Amino acid sequence: MSAVNHQFSEARLAEIAALTKRYPGNRSAVIPVLHMAQEDFGYLSMELQQHVADTLGLRLMQVREVVTFYTMFREQPSGEYRLEVCTNAGCMLNGANELVAHMCETLGIKVGETTPDGLFTLTEVECAGACAGAPVVQVNNVYHEKVTPESMDALITKMRVKE
Amino acid sequence: MIPSDPQQVKQICFDRINIPHVNQLAIAQKNGAYAFLPTVLQEFESAKIIDEMKISGLRGRGGAGFPTGLKWSFVPRNTGKPTYLLCNADEGEPGTFKDRDIMRFDPHLLIEGMVMAGFALNVRDAYIYVRGEFLHEANVMNEAIREAYAANLLGENILGSGYSMHLTVHRGAGAYICGEETALIESLEGKPGRPRFKPPFPAVEGFYRSPTVVNNVETLASVPAILKHGGAWHAAIGVPNNTGCKIFSVSGHVNNPGNYEVPMGTSLKTLIEEYCGGLQHGTVPKVIIPGGSSTPWLMAEHYDVPLTYDAMAKAGSMLGSGAIIIMDETADVVAFSRRLAHFYAHESCGQCTPCREGTGWIERMMGRIEDGQGSEKDLPVLEQAAKHMAGRTICALADGATAPILSLLQHFPEEVRSRITENRL
Repeated sequence: MSAVNHQFSEARLAEIAALTKRYPGNRSAVIPVLHMAQEDFGYLSMELQQHVADTLGLRLMQVREVVTFYTMFREQPSGEYRLEVCTNAGCMLNGANELVAHMCETLGIKVGETTPDGLFTLTEVECAGACAGAPVVQVNNVYHEKVTPESMDALITKMRVKE
Repeated sequence: MIPSDPQQVKQICFDRINIPHVNQLAIAQKNGAYAFLPTVLQEFESAKIIDEMKISGLRGRGGAGFPTGLKWSFVPRNTGKPTYLLCNADEGEPGTFKDRDIMRFDPHLLIEGMVMAGFALNVRDAYIYVRGEFLHEANVMNEAIREAYAANLLGENILGSGYSMHLTVHRGAGAYICGEETALIESLEGKPGRPRFKPPFPAVEGFYRSPTVVNNVETLASVPAILKHGGAWHAAIGVPNNTGCKIFSVSGHVNNPGNYEVPMGTSLKTLIEEYCGGLQHGTVPKVIIPGGSSTPWLMAEHYDVPLTYDAMAKAGSMLGSGAIIIMDETADVVAFSRRLAHFYAHESCGQCTPCREGTGWIERMMGRIEDGQGSEKDLPVLEQAAKHMAGRTICALADGATAPILSLLQHFPEEVRSRITENRL
């Protein structure tokens, strides 16, 4: 991709300028701005990380160390729908592992993989903080709770139809 | 409304939680939100507020249980630097999900508590550090903050009092360690969340090296009721040294998992049987994890334990954040501990060798054991590795990581051994 595709819009730049005023230093805005970048461009390419650094007046390394430390930041493209299954304590006790196995079968992929049509990426994540709704699946940051193999299949079908 | 007779109080932070659309300012105000704020801003002095908080006996609801009023009193005055208030909403301890409900259902309670706390501490800039996954909760908070600004409940010269406070929601990006207060500060400064060595404590040198108070969501949400009814009122709820109500996030093998706020001192058994619909299988739990995955396991003999900081300590565990994970007789405790070993290895920030290496070792050994590749010799090594981590690191993550391992070895050595021998065949 060319660098042209990795520029924040004017509206975003205005939003970022307003955001940085809320902190004692620009560097504080790096996580929120990386969230914006990921939302706008899908993943954080090296060019995009450089653009974030330039926008905030930081060195590339100051952005890199944040991108690589936090699990929500992606340096590679993912499927259009990111299916993130919590398999930690509460979810594990309520069928999360069985759910993951079922999803692997439905999608024909392993955990960590993306379907060949580019629609779905399946990952396991750590405690989502919604254990009363175990097992929990986040689909592009939206929580789905008390998910069963059947309800997951129905959701996957719905997402496939939407395409 | 919360009763003014402390004996009648059943809940504090969840008092409005079931009112439809109470996240909207007009509905929140109709139900008492911000009603007492003008009195606090006009008539209370900082010292009085901190005194009331001390008298209330409120202990930090994030897990450590440190007295809130005392924490506030440590903030030095007239340093020439600003004082910051940070709300810790990085709810990530496996089993904990209470702060999420306060934020998504009653965000104005948290805002009101933060304005009162900010006023007491002379804070101009306050932040809510929300875990990155809580996008919906952050959006609800932001909308409530927008409404509060429009009504002059936030911003410059709040309600004509002369006090100004600005509040910003800041989303993290998926790192359990950022719930540790100094890691949270590092993260809010735009860095990897690696805990700082203490002292200096944040009260003296925190966010941008300025005096900083970090309080949990539930702690700050308790402030409006305490200031309205008085510290002595709060101190009369619950039991001495464990005052007020507490939200318990109950999950695992119970029929009705969820958040339940009860007066401190209620028994665990009452909570499970009367509020949570009992266990999915059997009548007594196989394992009780009382305060999140980092707290030592209790066995059925403690099923009746009162839900207090002190009683939990006496029983050999911790109340922590009030995240109760229940396992019934169907639980595979070896697989469970292995899963948590993976969690801690994944979440170790890596700066302290005992934690970085120890969590990895433990994860690999637990994996071997569960997969039938373990040996009898692994058991003492596992125990030794765990014991060499605890207390030898900057923060408490390593201590937490050892809890599920040492508990497993202490209470279920036969299950571990049988896993080793059975899978060998």
